[in-house]
Amino acid sequence: MNDSVTEVITSTPAAAEPKRRSLKSRPVQADRVFRTVCYAAGGITVAIMLAVGVFLSGRAGEALSAAGPAFLWTQEWSPETGSFGIAAVLFGTVTIAIIALCIALPLSLATALLISEIVPGRVKSMLISVVDLMAAVPSVVFGLWGVFFLQANVIPVSQWISTYFGWIPVFAVTDASGAHVTEAGAFTSSAFIAGIVVSLMIVPTQTSVMREAFSQAPLGEREGALALGSTRWGMIRTVVLPFGKGGIIGGTMLALGRALGETIAVVMIISPIFSINWQVLKTGTNSVSALIALRYGEASQFGLSALMAAGLVLFIITLIINFTASTIVARSRSGAESN
Amino acid sequence: MTILEAPAEVRPEEPAGPRRTEIPHRKAEVGSRRDLRSVPLDDKFNVLGAAAAGLALATLLFGWLTPMTGFIGWLVISFIGFLAIYAVLSSLRADRLTVSERIMTALFYSAGAILLSALVFVLGFTVVRGVPALVNPNFFVETMKLAGPLDPLTMGGIWHAIVGTLIQISIALIITIPLGITTAVFLNEIGGKFARFVRTISDAMTALPSIVAGLFIYAAIITLVTHQRSGFAAALAISVMMLPIIIRASDVVLRLVPNNLREASYALGTTRWRTVWTVVLPTSRSGLVTAVILGTARGIGETSPVLLTSGVTAELNLNPFTGPMISLPLQVFDFVKSPEPNMIVRGFGAAATLVLLVLALFLIARVIGGRGPGQLSDRQRRAAAEGSARDLRRIEASHVLPPITFDARDADVSGRSVRRRPPKGNPPADLEDRVAQRAAEPVSTENPTTEESPS
Repeated sequence: MNDSVTEVITSTPAAAEPKRRSLKSRPVQADRVFRTVCYAAGGITVAIMLAVGVFLSGRAGEALSAAGPAFLWTQEWSPETGSFGIAAVLFGTVTIAIIALCIALPLSLATALLISEIVPGRVKSMLISVVDLMAAVPSVVFGLWGVFFLQANVIPVSQWISTYFGWIPVFAVTDASGAHVTEAGAFTSSAFIAGIVVSLMIVPTQTSVMREAFSQAPLGEREGALALGSTRWGMIRTVVLPFGKGGIIGGTMLALGRALGETIAVVMIISPIFSINWQVLKTGTNSVSALIALRYGEASQFGLSALMAAGLVLFIITLIINFTASTIVARSRSGAESN
Repeated sequence: MTILEAPAEVRPEEPAGPRRTEIPHRKAEVGSRRDLRSVPLDDKFNVLGAAAAGLALATLLFGWLTPMTGFIGWLVISFIGFLAIYAVLSSLRADRLTVSERIMTALFYSAGAILLSALVFVLGFTVVRGVPALVNPNFFVETMKLAGPLDPLTMGGIWHAIVGTLIQISIALIITIPLGITTAVFLNEIGGKFARFVRTISDAMTALPSIVAGLFIYAAIITLVTHQRSGFAAALAISVMMLPIIIRASDVVLRLVPNNLREASYALGTTRWRTVWTVVLPTSRSGLVTAVILGTARGIGETSPVLLTSGVTAELNLNPFTGPMISLPLQVFDFVKSPEPNMIVRGFGAAATLVLLVLALFLIARVIGGRGPGQLSDRQRRAAAEGSARDLRRIEASHVLPPITFDARDADVSGRSVRRRPPKGNPPADLEDRVAQRAAEPVSTENPTTEESPS
């Protein structure tokens, strides 16, 4: 294509019909090396990824074929006795992620609108830096904060919610006999607390995707809305939010992917159980990544294979979510550009 | 509406000679500048009053009227009280639209405030709780080899974890920087079907949960090959995590390089390789550095891949290939598992060290990454101007015009002086003037998109 040495075949003037010049080009030595190196780098990246995928599915196959389809609905986890499944851990993972999203979605939506629509230049770039910095804070630091500060301060809130909204089954906290419990000990290490901490970790991802989508809303339509006498909120509601819809959905899904894979903060907060716990305020939940982090050490070869299977399921779920999200974001972007 | 033709005015007599731009004479009085942005006084008062009332209401509810307790509950109640009272106060003077606008603006600002205060609080909490450990200098230079859980804070430290972190992240960077940036160059400069496939795969790789990356290295490298945990395995796990981050960030940066720079380079007859090396990469240098530093900050803080691969030790281990080598995040995790208060304080101290490290990396990235592609710092612009002047002298020297001499070594420049060493010492102050005088046409010696010649 763009190569420096172009082979030129000159035709003799005697020929009646001049031959067509060959437009074929031949890259010089340096370019050939460059292309090879680049292709090799791309190939290595793909190879690493494929190695992860192939290795995971290969090793997981052993456990999956032993457990059969029951792997999907068994709650307990004891590969040694041959009875293990991801129903409980996957349920816990999804619960924590949904709680995190419920907190992070309004927070990040409002922050993204604040950054893209309301604050002027200097404050704007400062807030963008703050969001970026938040994404770089190690999760173990959030975990420390969750264990040593948040836990004690959130328990009264949990108690209050379960007292006044206990008639909604999800918020009730009952003991084995079904009686309502109110003492603080029943509210520690719950999915709710883990969800709050995870929400702080996913807000930056969500905010930056949404902010980019909002900033692409066309200027003409914004000014049109303002010129028709709408307030700033009216303009946001009628122009910016419809245009940023793809960004909102895509950013939320990307954040969901991160929330599902979060490990250390969750491990530090929860007390792991292997049964489905619908009561999000009650002690005890679990997640796939916490399961791997807690069990890998004592696992036998077969146990490791079972953990691989759990990891594979988690990976496939986040993969699907991520691809859907990036498709949505990409589509919404191209739509905004065509206008 | 009818548009009336303006009556032909009698123009004032124009002065002879060429027309010049004139500042029109102002006849009208200029009034004081109108303030278009500030909030009216009563609205300011509404905000303050509503805030005070909300706080008072929450304190009243929590302290006297109801048995509610807890700091967070108090905050939530006072915020809801603030919003309600603010809405009522605004509706006294404004219509429904204005009230909803004000309420929404208040909500947006409070979301930003929540985020900012959460970040400051999380970081501040870590540092403050870690201060008792951080004030002892031994915390940074000793290891935990001889210090038990019950020992005071004046014994033991996290030197081994700091060294472990630095070794692991260095190995990870040695792997990921060349691989990641070359892959990003491949995606942008070569393209094609395979590049699209690589991009899809690297996007998929960002979805890989970090614990699964750790599990992969644990099962593939540790249980099958080395049979022991080591710093190198941890570095590999971090690399698997960091690679897609760096590829993605560099890809975005390289895409920002203006295409006309590439085309100009090709038009001059360069090879693709030289275009990448002398135009694309230097133009996006600051962005690439930022991408790498932010990737490093993410990699340093990753705990879960390291948890499975590096192993826990209390001793200093400088060899990444044998024996466990602990890193800072894992050390934090290990410290706070202990019920002893001193160990927990050490955990906070290690976490504070980690936070400060990430913060420092982040600040460096901000300082470097403040400029877009092709924007030069003052020093780079001076270097570019100097390079242009040098080229001009070279052209003059090899053509009719007599050379400018200000330095004996630079007088006899040859035609191949592009790679010549830069002249020693400062060029004379009037260099630019002399160059401009000598040249047949005035030549701009400052071109913001020209990079300095490769050294």
